[in-house]
Amino acid sequence: MGNFAANEGLSIFVILVWLGINAFLFVHFYMAFLVERWFYTRVLLGHALSWARAPAACLNFNCLLILLPVCRNLLSFLRGTIQCCSRTAARQLDRNLTFHKLVAYMIAFHTAVHIGAHLFNFEFFMDAQLDRNSSLLPFILSEIGTGDNASFLNPIRTNETNPTIVMFTTIAGLTGVVITLALILIITSSMEVIRRSYFEVFWYTHHLFVIFFIGLVFHGYGRIVRGQTAASLKTNRPEVCADQFEDWGNNGTDCAVPEFAGNPPMTWKWVVGPMILYVCERLVRLYRSHQKVVITKVVMHPSKTLELQMKRKGFHMEVGQYVFIQCPSVSRLEWHPFTLTSAPEEDYFSAHIRIVGDWTQALYEACGGDKTEPQEAWKLPKLAIDGPFGTASEDVFRYEVVMLVGAGIGVTPFASILKSVWYKRIQNNQDVFTKKIYFYWLCPETQAFEWFADLLQSLEGQMAEKGVTDFLSYNIYLTRWKETEAAHFRVHHEAENDPITGLKQKTLYGKPNWDNEFTNIASKHPGTKVGVFLCGPPQLGKSLEKQSLSHTEGDVKFIFNKENF
Amino acid sequence: MGKIEWAMWANEQALASGLILLAGGIVGVAGQFRGWPFAAYAVAAGVFVCLLEYPRSKRAKGTSVERTGQYCFTVCVKSFGPVTRNYYVRAFLHAAICVPGGFMLATVLGCVCLGIASLIYLAAAIRGEQWEPILPQKETTRKTDAVSVRNPPEMPPPRPPPEVRRKRVDDLEGAVYDNPIPVSDK
Repeated sequence: MGNFAANEGLSIFVILVWLGINAFLFVHFYMAFLVERWFYTRVLLGHALSWARAPAACLNFNCLLILLPVCRNLLSFLRGTIQCCSRTAARQLDRNLTFHKLVAYMIAFHTAVHIGAHLFNFEFFMDAQLDRNSSLLPFILSEIGTGDNASFLNPIRTNETNPTIVMFTTIAGLTGVVITLALILIITSSMEVIRRSYFEVFWYTHHLFVIFFIGLVFHGYGRIVRGQTAASLKTNRPEVCADQFEDWGNNGTDCAVPEFAGNPPMTWKWVVGPMILYVCERLVRLYRSHQKVVITKVVMHPSKTLELQMKRKGFHMEVGQYVFIQCPSVSRLEWHPFTLTSAPEEDYFSAHIRIVGDWTQALYEACGGDKTEPQEAWKLPKLAIDGPFGTASEDVFRYEVVMLVGAGIGVTPFASILKSVWYKRIQNNQDVFTKKIYFYWLCPETQAFEWFADLLQSLEGQMAEKGVTDFLSYNIYLTRWKETEAAHFRVHHEAENDPITGLKQKTLYGKPNWDNEFTNIASKHPGTKVGVFLCGPPQLGKSLEKQSLSHTEGDVKFIFNKENF
Repeated sequence: MGKIEWAMWANEQALASGLILLAGGIVGVAGQFRGWPFAAYAVAAGVFVCLLEYPRSKRAKGTSVERTGQYCFTVCVKSFGPVTRNYYVRAFLHAAICVPGGFMLATVLGCVCLGIASLIYLAAAIRGEQWEPILPQKETTRKTDAVSVRNPPEMPPPRPPPEVRRKRVDDLEGAVYDNPIPVSDK
């Protein structure tokens, strides 16, 4: 079986550490409320107190974590710094969204436990006020502090109320309801069906997290969880005085009436750091978005693909990175991610945008795509760019042998890589670490080839000229075709150039047999680490991942990297 | 804000509310809280809302994603005809169901969430959306001679019968495009 550890080891380690910290915090804070200081509180509440405080601590920890994976710019910076030390660690940062979701689920879980325990707490506090019998300790405890309203234990101060009213009239209760509602709305609008179909609903509703964090910070301000003060513990030791509660404060006893105070709010200490980091992140994005971006060329490709070539002062990119593009004339609040298809060696940067929804359609019209005559430069819309952000493709040149698999439009990050390869190896004749590239492009329709075919044709020509034809081995697979097309292929099968792409390398039909491909590559390159890069649908990712794991044996290691948006 | 079908989000929200009502109700009953009859009601209401909301509607545009095992629920919900198809009815139904939940702390959260779901359904109803069942499509008669191809063909068509197909062992690459039977355009 393959080397699972090489591919998944670090992820599993991170998850285990995270779960371990959660478990530790839970148990530690559970036990922290079983001490003497909380004795009288526990008389009223029992273990429900600990059951509420333990998840509260875990919530503090997870709310600290949740903002970090979405600080794109910070992660990109970290990725660049770590990359020189460890490729594996850098790859971990690609899984940021997965981690963000895991932490969100944990927050939801701990919220449920916390609320459940507090429901019991409210009920017990209410019980203590309703059973107005002086021979009951809970009632005596509830009566403490009625005069000065400072040293009380029971936050419910009267019996003429009910838990629901109390919840809405305390800071903790009110903020609790508000932030739980915000959390539920965020979660329901983040479900995959909603996210994939109506990104705007997801994105706008997600900003309720601002309310969530503000409410979270103020949640503890009422100091509603109260324990005995240190001074009071000296004059009233629970293990001795608890049974003599009817004599507290009377002359002759050594048990004074106990006094209680609440803990100061702690949550802000946990979350203030990430909140500041996130604010900085948004400021960085805002600053970058105001830098002037000029569209130098707009190209309309067949199969509804729009190419935008742009320039911005001080823009520097690496292969396979992506940017967020905003077009204020189309929508002020929408930023959409696109992979850069230009190479770092070029003096402009470009993105190929497929026209699939409202925003892309509006962008296409704003750039004059539907007009027949060329547009004047000043008529082109203003754009804003955030990025570039790094993804797995940056790693391509760190492997000696590389397999690039792109499905349909997923070929875009590899366009950038291949162009860069062309510039480095063929124009500048630089020595690159990568010795062999196997490129697979799976496409369901023939028109999709056109814009990329030009690039491959020029590559093919250049390679033939320089006599380095074995550096790049590319395979194009047409996965669907019509009867009429099939007839055309049959007739032209003996032509020197492929009937579809015009390339010397013939197009292959159907889907590739990955088992064969991996076996071939493994046998040709023993003792090397082969990087497998995919930009395509998840099912293809799963099967490639399986193949990578199963073919990693002996000294050949297939390391699978997946693009994600 | 894009061509959103509000009912999709309302559905997620209502399903979540049903679960929250159910959970709150269970806590209320198990803990024997004051007002536990409301909690018992919430358990029943929560189960009812979950059953009603589990089957996803078919989308007016785009592919619909079913929830696991929703087919039997789809059939049940479909059998109520216009009552379940119309979103106005659902909006008012959810608004009515959620009210008793507001009388007890354990079920208040479920009540508010269901209220919000009811509002989103109202928005969906105003926009004219409707609940459509996702039914399994009848298999369209495909070409009966479609053969599933596992390996890419080694020789392009037209191919001679197997006994005539012999690979030239000395030049395997070239043999791929070499036809023993000459082919002409005529």
